[in-house]
Amino acid sequence: MSSRRIFARPARFAAIAPYVWMGLFFLVPFAFVLKISLSQTAIAQPPYEPVFDLAAGWDALKAAFAALSIDNFKLLGSDDIYVFAYVRSLTVAVTATALLLLIGYPIAYGMARLPKRWQAVAMVLVIVPFWTSFLIRIYAWINILQHDGLLNQILLALHLVSQPVVWLSTDTAMYLGIVYSYLPFMILPLYATLAKMEPVLEEAASDLGAPPWQVFWLVTFPLSLPGVGAGVLLCFIPIVGEFVIPDLLAGSNSLMIGQTLWLEFFTNKDWPVASAAAIVLLVVLLVPLLLYERLQKRQLEQGR
Amino acid sequence: MAEELPGTDVAAEAAGGDAYPAAGGPLLRIEGVAKAFGTFRAVDGVSLDIKAGEFFALLGPSGCGKTTLLRMLAGFEAPDEGRILLGGKDIAQALPHERPINMMFQNYALFPHLSVRDNIAFGLKRAGMARADIATRVAEMVALVKLEGLEKRKPDQLSGGQRQRVALARALARRPQLLLLDEPLAALDKKLRENTQGELMELQRRLGMTFIIVTHDQEEAMTMASRIGVMKSGKLAQVASPRELYEAPRSRWIAEFVGDINLFDGESKLRDGHRLVIGTRDAGALVVAEPREPVGAGRFSVAIRPEKVKLSRRAPASEAGRETAINTLDGVIADICYLGGTTTYKVKLDTGGMLQASVANSARIDVDAYSLNQHVVAWFTPDDCVVLPS
Amino acid sequence: MRKVSRLSRFNIASLALGLAFLYLPILILVLYSFNASRLVTVWGGWSLRWYRELFNDRAMIEAVWMSLRVAVSSATIATLLGTLAAVALSRGERFRGRTLFSGMLYAPLVMPEVITGLSLLLLFVALNAERGFWTVTIAHTTLTMCFVAVVVQSRLGSLDRSLEEAAMDLGCDPVRAFVAVTLPLIAPAIVAGWMLAFTLSLDDLVIASFTTGPGSATLPIRIYSEVRLGVKPEINAICTLVIALIAVVIVIASLASKLSSSQGESAAPL
Repeated sequence: MSSRRIFARPARFAAIAPYVWMGLFFLVPFAFVLKISLSQTAIAQPPYEPVFDLAAGWDALKAAFAALSIDNFKLLGSDDIYVFAYVRSLTVAVTATALLLLIGYPIAYGMARLPKRWQAVAMVLVIVPFWTSFLIRIYAWINILQHDGLLNQILLALHLVSQPVVWLSTDTAMYLGIVYSYLPFMILPLYATLAKMEPVLEEAASDLGAPPWQVFWLVTFPLSLPGVGAGVLLCFIPIVGEFVIPDLLAGSNSLMIGQTLWLEFFTNKDWPVASAAAIVLLVVLLVPLLLYERLQKRQLEQGR
Repeated sequence: MAEELPGTDVAAEAAGGDAYPAAGGPLLRIEGVAKAFGTFRAVDGVSLDIKAGEFFALLGPSGCGKTTLLRMLAGFEAPDEGRILLGGKDIAQALPHERPINMMFQNYALFPHLSVRDNIAFGLKRAGMARADIATRVAEMVALVKLEGLEKRKPDQLSGGQRQRVALARALARRPQLLLLDEPLAALDKKLRENTQGELMELQRRLGMTFIIVTHDQEEAMTMASRIGVMKSGKLAQVASPRELYEAPRSRWIAEFVGDINLFDGESKLRDGHRLVIGTRDAGALVVAEPREPVGAGRFSVAIRPEKVKLSRRAPASEAGRETAINTLDGVIADICYLGGTTTYKVKLDTGGMLQASVANSARIDVDAYSLNQHVVAWFTPDDCVVLPS
Repeated sequence: MRKVSRLSRFNIASLALGLAFLYLPILILVLYSFNASRLVTVWGGWSLRWYRELFNDRAMIEAVWMSLRVAVSSATIATLLGTLAAVALSRGERFRGRTLFSGMLYAPLVMPEVITGLSLLLLFVALNAERGFWTVTIAHTTLTMCFVAVVVQSRLGSLDRSLEEAAMDLGCDPVRAFVAVTLPLIAPAIVAGWMLAFTLSLDDLVIASFTTGPGSATLPIRIYSEVRLGVKPEINAICTLVIALIAVVIVIASLASKLSSSQGESAAPL
């Protein structure tokens, strides 16, 4: 028995309450999503069939199982709207994540090179928007991008354009919104690894004759890869399922999967199809989710 | 005890009263203790007695199991086998807070949210001591480690040396029967370390307490401890006084681990009374004193400490009354290493081997210093040699 | 000297541009909330007119009240559960179901909100629960306790284990060692965790939309439905107020984490 084990016994009791909570409100709900995705749509309240009624006994349960079908998934596969939505979600997520990495890396790098005192200040400055409401920050951009918004006024005043440009309801606006909202998620893990890096390593590389770009490419960048991985996953996964940003900033002619799900659920009241869409989304994200989890675990449980 | 400290011993009370050993018996008895981590046997059958009032050092290279042994005494690890008897009572499976033993941690482990005073009082509060008594005891401890005026400071407002003193005071406050010190001076710089060594010894003598210190620094162990246990691969290689350890190491490994040494391998050839002649490959035939336990024929190593080797330009003339059989070896100076107080010469022997000789620099301007490639005669007496099994 | 030379002009430019990009839109929004003119294009001078109108908007006030209640209750429950989870993960060593446990805790951090929201709603419907304050609170607790767990766990992980050993050596059993030594040292992280949970709950639109019932809209739901209809100066005003509230929370949280970093290693919120 070690001191760690002396501590472990009471510590395990602490797991009980959060374990039960997460099981009940995180794990069990997925079972419901799965089950309802296999149900038939019905005009009722709740709008799906069959509803499990445990009081009805075993036979009713068996009948309910027999009524399950994969029609909703077939629909998702055959209807172009859904296929396009998935493809678009992935395209948007890949493009936006690449943009975020390109923009976020120089910022994180600049932060890591600040004198220690200023690093803390810069860190707070990057975290603050992360704490500020998502919705409000998107709304701030609508203010700027709308037809008679600030951006068009400036462009007109500078005679760069002769008439207002349409910014809202375009992909440009959507990418702008995504980059703006997710930038802290990219910068923080990058900064964390870059700040931990010993400056002597870069000095050693240039001492050994590497010009600055090689110092970066051969030493700095490879060592920052864990941060790159964390940042990419932290952005990519939620962007795939993003709803608010495309809904408010992008056009309505091509939807992302989060929007389709929302639409099926709130507008069409087709819960089974919405559930099936969620399941497919989850399957698409399974690999990156598992990767992210491993990363998170390693970061919190082994290294510091 | 030079200072009669008032009050009862809280630690002893915590252990359940009559924890003091019967007169004469050891305070601590470790019996066949073993501990494995997975397949790695960190401590592998250690038995050891420690008397009350001893300053005992566990010395060994990193990974030898000394820290694991210490942690078993403190209760942070439980042995897989064996018993740990404190005053005759087996405490091997007792939890840390149930033992009348306290530990000074390597990095001090001072509670950063508590002041110096609260750090020292921490253990006393757990023992349920009355407020007034705690205040008295804390004041006593603060005076003992000379930290007056710093009681309200937080650990991060203290220097390294001051932190070390707080850690010591905190561990001593409960008046443990046994104080464990895990590399207590490793975080201090050299000068401070030497001063603190002296203070720790003084304190231990004054309080008449039993200290067990873990260190990888052989000089530290030699300076402070009255007895040293050298550990290697989870086993105790030798338990002896510092002098015995240095002058009569029990194995080649110990001889090499503790201080510098010249070693020559060879076979015993001739026995002449209490003298033995060993034929070595690198240094020719050497006359040595027979070890205390007589040895038979076979392979041996002859060990000579560098400071026992004398150098001269010519073979020493035999003086009246001096032992006739001295070992003289011819060679040239191959390397000179000036160390301030002494100079270490490496002599390339004509017989092929290398011999280190450490010579005290007794004069400031030394006209007799040897130069590189100079021919010298190295000599030492049979009693300066130790015969070790190969 | 070296530190100064390490900072190139490129570094400074990218930092400045990055921060300007992050802050300018918010500043513009705050500025417009004080615009007397209804038209966004025209600066009609300073005015508190939109704030006055805001306070007369009953639906908006009710939404603010609902959001604050949900945020305080869910943040409090989440802090309790999240701290317990962090303790179990960082001090519990190996236990049965640990992998599942940590998986359930880390997944919601990145899980698309539409999935979390939908799945919880289906659960509430199946349980026949009346949707409103409690369902949103439960949903937000589920999401935010994971963030609290991560913040507290990273603080626990950076804590020197020998402090707990020292406490035990000085006569504490494990539980008392935790209360006397560990808890005070991670308290700033717990405070920061609560603040984070509070703001996350205040921000959330998607999960709340799924899990709330008719007549109990939260502030983001209210803002969202207004925004869909176009830009309104009142929205600028309410957004400014929310930003001000969050700024206060951040100041408290950063003071807390400063306190924690002065007591050893720094614990940045996330």
